[in-house]
Amino acid sequence: MIYSAIVFLPGLAGLFVGLFGRALGARPSEIITTGALIISCILSWIVFWRVGFGHETAHVAIERWITSGELDISWAFRIDTLTAVMFVVVTTVSALVHVYSIGYMHEDPSRPRFFAYLSGFTFSMLMLVTADNLVQMFFGWEGVGLFSYLLIGFWYDRPAANAAAIKAFVVNRVGDFGFALGIFGIFAVFRTVGLQQVFDAAPSVAGQTFLFLGHEVDILTTLCLLLFMGAMGKSAQFLLHTWLPDAMEGPTPVSALIHAATMVTAGVFMVARLSPLYELAPIALQFVTLIGAVTAFFAATVGLVQNDIKRVIAYSTCSQLGYMFVACGVGAYGAGIFHLFTHAFFKALLFLGAGSVIHAMHHEQDMRKMGGLAPRLRFTWTMMLIGTLSLTGFGIPHIAGFAGFYSKDTIIEASYAAATPHQYAFWVLVIAAFMTAFYSWRLMFLTFHGRTRADMQTYEHAHESPPVMLVPLAILAFGAVAAGAATPFFVGSAEADFWGKALFEGADNHILHAMHEVPDWVSWAPTVAMAVGTLLAVIYYILVPALPAFTARVFRPLYLFLLNKWYFDELYDAIFVKPTFWLGNFLWKVGDIAIINGIIDGTAAGVYRVTARAVRLQTGYIYHYAFAMLVGLALLISYFMFMGGGR
Amino acid sequence: MTIGIGHYLTVAACLFTLGMLGIFLNRKNVIIILMSIELMLLAVNINFVAFSYYLGDIVGQVFTLFNLTVAAAEAAIGLAIVVVYYRNRGSIAVDDVNMMKG
Amino acid sequence: MALTAGFFYLFAVLAVVAAVMVIVAKNPVHAVLYLILAFFNAAGLFVLLGAEFLAMILIIVYVGAVAVLFLFVVMMLDVDFAELKAGFIKNAPVGLLVGGIVLAELVLLFIGRGFGIGTAHAPGAAAAAGVSNTQALGLVLYTRYVYYFEVAGLILLVAMIGAIVLTLSHKPGVRRQSIAAQVARTPATGVEIVSVPVGGAIFPADGQG
Repeated sequence: MIYSAIVFLPGLAGLFVGLFGRALGARPSEIITTGALIISCILSWIVFWRVGFGHETAHVAIERWITSGELDISWAFRIDTLTAVMFVVVTTVSALVHVYSIGYMHEDPSRPRFFAYLSGFTFSMLMLVTADNLVQMFFGWEGVGLFSYLLIGFWYDRPAANAAAIKAFVVNRVGDFGFALGIFGIFAVFRTVGLQQVFDAAPSVAGQTFLFLGHEVDILTTLCLLLFMGAMGKSAQFLLHTWLPDAMEGPTPVSALIHAATMVTAGVFMVARLSPLYELAPIALQFVTLIGAVTAFFAATVGLVQNDIKRVIAYSTCSQLGYMFVACGVGAYGAGIFHLFTHAFFKALLFLGAGSVIHAMHHEQDMRKMGGLAPRLRFTWTMMLIGTLSLTGFGIPHIAGFAGFYSKDTIIEASYAAATPHQYAFWVLVIAAFMTAFYSWRLMFLTFHGRTRADMQTYEHAHESPPVMLVPLAILAFGAVAAGAATPFFVGSAEADFWGKALFEGADNHILHAMHEVPDWVSWAPTVAMAVGTLLAVIYYILVPALPAFTARVFRPLYLFLLNKWYFDELYDAIFVKPTFWLGNFLWKVGDIAIINGIIDGTAAGVYRVTARAVRLQTGYIYHYAFAMLVGLALLISYFMFMGGGR
Repeated sequence: MTIGIGHYLTVAACLFTLGMLGIFLNRKNVIIILMSIELMLLAVNINFVAFSYYLGDIVGQVFTLFNLTVAAAEAAIGLAIVVVYYRNRGSIAVDDVNMMKG
Repeated sequence: MALTAGFFYLFAVLAVVAAVMVIVAKNPVHAVLYLILAFFNAAGLFVLLGAEFLAMILIIVYVGAVAVLFLFVVMMLDVDFAELKAGFIKNAPVGLLVGGIVLAELVLLFIGRGFGIGTAHAPGAAAAAGVSNTQALGLVLYTRYVYYFEVAGLILLVAMIGAIVLTLSHKPGVRRQSIAAQVARTPATGVEIVSVPVGGAIFPADGQG
């Protein structure tokens, strides 16, 4: 019952406001949706307590969906610790974003639509995390993709927003194609798509191969790789990442909810949920680790030089998602989910704080036009400071630290313990940590410190946001600090008890054990990296302000390479977009207009031509007709005479 | 020599052919067309009567009677049409009768 | 019998020649006269075939009515026959060719096959009964074929009505009596009282009187 309430309350609120929002008006729409979300959030925490610490897993059947031959799918909830953690993450951040949006979207004329979309999105995400079978998960998957599209393009009169929304949807679709193929494959192999049934049958399929293009290919590896393709698209990993920065065209609360805490984490959630499958496909896990590490590094490098405040945070999200995938890839699913948990708090905090800054600076997002805002936006500055400290992993090993410190360092220790070839994962993550610290403090310094580069009028008018926007920031800040207390349960001593059967570990998976036995210098490495990054940021942006421009000039090609996001957009444009447009144009101009229309019009014209000639037989002169009759008569007589038609 | 049915049929064939030729060799007078039609009907009548004679069946002559009736009616109507046509168009040259051209 | 054959050839040749002249004649009146000649010769052929009633009917109806009608129309229409035969020569060869082919085939059929009838003259019921052609026709026409007879009458009625309908036209400005209108006149419509001024005159309105 309570589970149904958690999932369906946001859905019903969103539907109701979506249909009747215009009649209801803005304020009632806000109240209905936000109220539903807050109730859902409170219930989620209750469930979290019950399931995580009370071990009350559940399976709630709702309704039959598809019964067709072997395919039998029902709407059902699978409630275990993983679900409970996601409940808490999704509903908390969503409820806070709803409250925040009441203030941020204050002047927007389409507020009912916005809140309906937010609630609808939350509902889809909740359906995703409670899914008992792959098709229901796909339903939620597609649902969040849809609402992401709707929300990115919320201001639909902006061409840039429309283009970004389409880009997000299309790139996601590429990933979803892989996901769909994975689901089909699972059905083909297991004859069922129910999660529990697949997990139970997985060990019997492990090691089996099928023939593909003359090679014996491992079945489970293929399936896991296909499913991971969906995760790559949804979580904006390397190669399918291009949509995430452009998604910043949407309103800031959308970025905080969808592109920091919930939708992009769906990929990580999926890998963790399907851990029974992935544990039996080591090659797929290695691929996951590789992609995660590359993404973490790549996104951090690009974030170093971006000028839009939201884009820096977006690339930071991309990078942190890479961390989560590395964790899952080496088998430490608990660590990955833990980082997901803490990241939701501090990343949402950073986004909402940035929103507060943007709101104060009258929708100015370019950091080059900010600066010196700390005295005017004290509270926001404090909140963002907490978020930055958490993100960079500020803390002292074995003693204390912010939430991000615990989760990130756990992952880095796990990556060391996994012993990837030449420890590439470990070193990449450490370097990424260094870069994370650099760009995070760069953001803080450029925005809040030094002499302002904004024009005087905007600067004078900058003031703090109303409380309805600041209270969510405070709550998230509390989470960003205190969530570290949950470390023992997620990855520490009590983790087996906490997780129960939610996350599966293969027989050879001792990573959680090995994690705690890494050498000391490994525990200190991320902190050292963070300190170096922070120091460098201080030098660059506080002490020697001329240094950034100088570096950019000296290393101009590298700078441009990073600024243009490794030219991926241009690359994809040349490889995919232009050929597609060319093909479309070709099929349109040549295929449709020239050939198909030509055939039809040509047939019609041909008919006309033939009739124009045939009509000349009708001269109107009776003697022509009579002559034709006579000729016909002569022919008939000849035919019957000589062919013996009659005796 | 004995006149057989073939002779009569030949005569009828000649008259029939001449009637047909009259229709399309003539370009300038609609009345000639009507007369050619009468010629063709006459040929048919000769055929009927010849067969009636040589087969001993009176039906041929009965049919000839009816044929005569129809021919007379048709000639009357045809001429009425020609008269009206002439009244409206002022000419009965066949070459000018091409309003059905299409 | 040689006489029969002689008359046959006489009538046949004359009929064909007359038909040719119908087509070829420049003057349409001559064409009608040649048509009459063709009819006469056909009547002669009918007599040779023992259908004297039909022969006489042919002359009375065809010649006496139809051909005369033709004459009337030809003479009524003011046709300039000088340029009438202009297109004749141009189209002659093809037409003659096709017509010749048809004729040749027909003759081939009739002479060559003969329909297995030969030259024998089957007596037929009429000859056996010894009745004249007229009587023989009458015996059959009003008994077995009476319905067709009635229909033939209807056809003639329709043709008569049709001819009248087609050619009837009321010329504007021609005065004619309408008996029905005259009889239906009432004092209200027939008489009009007008007061005449002393020394003045009445002039009828336009179109009246």
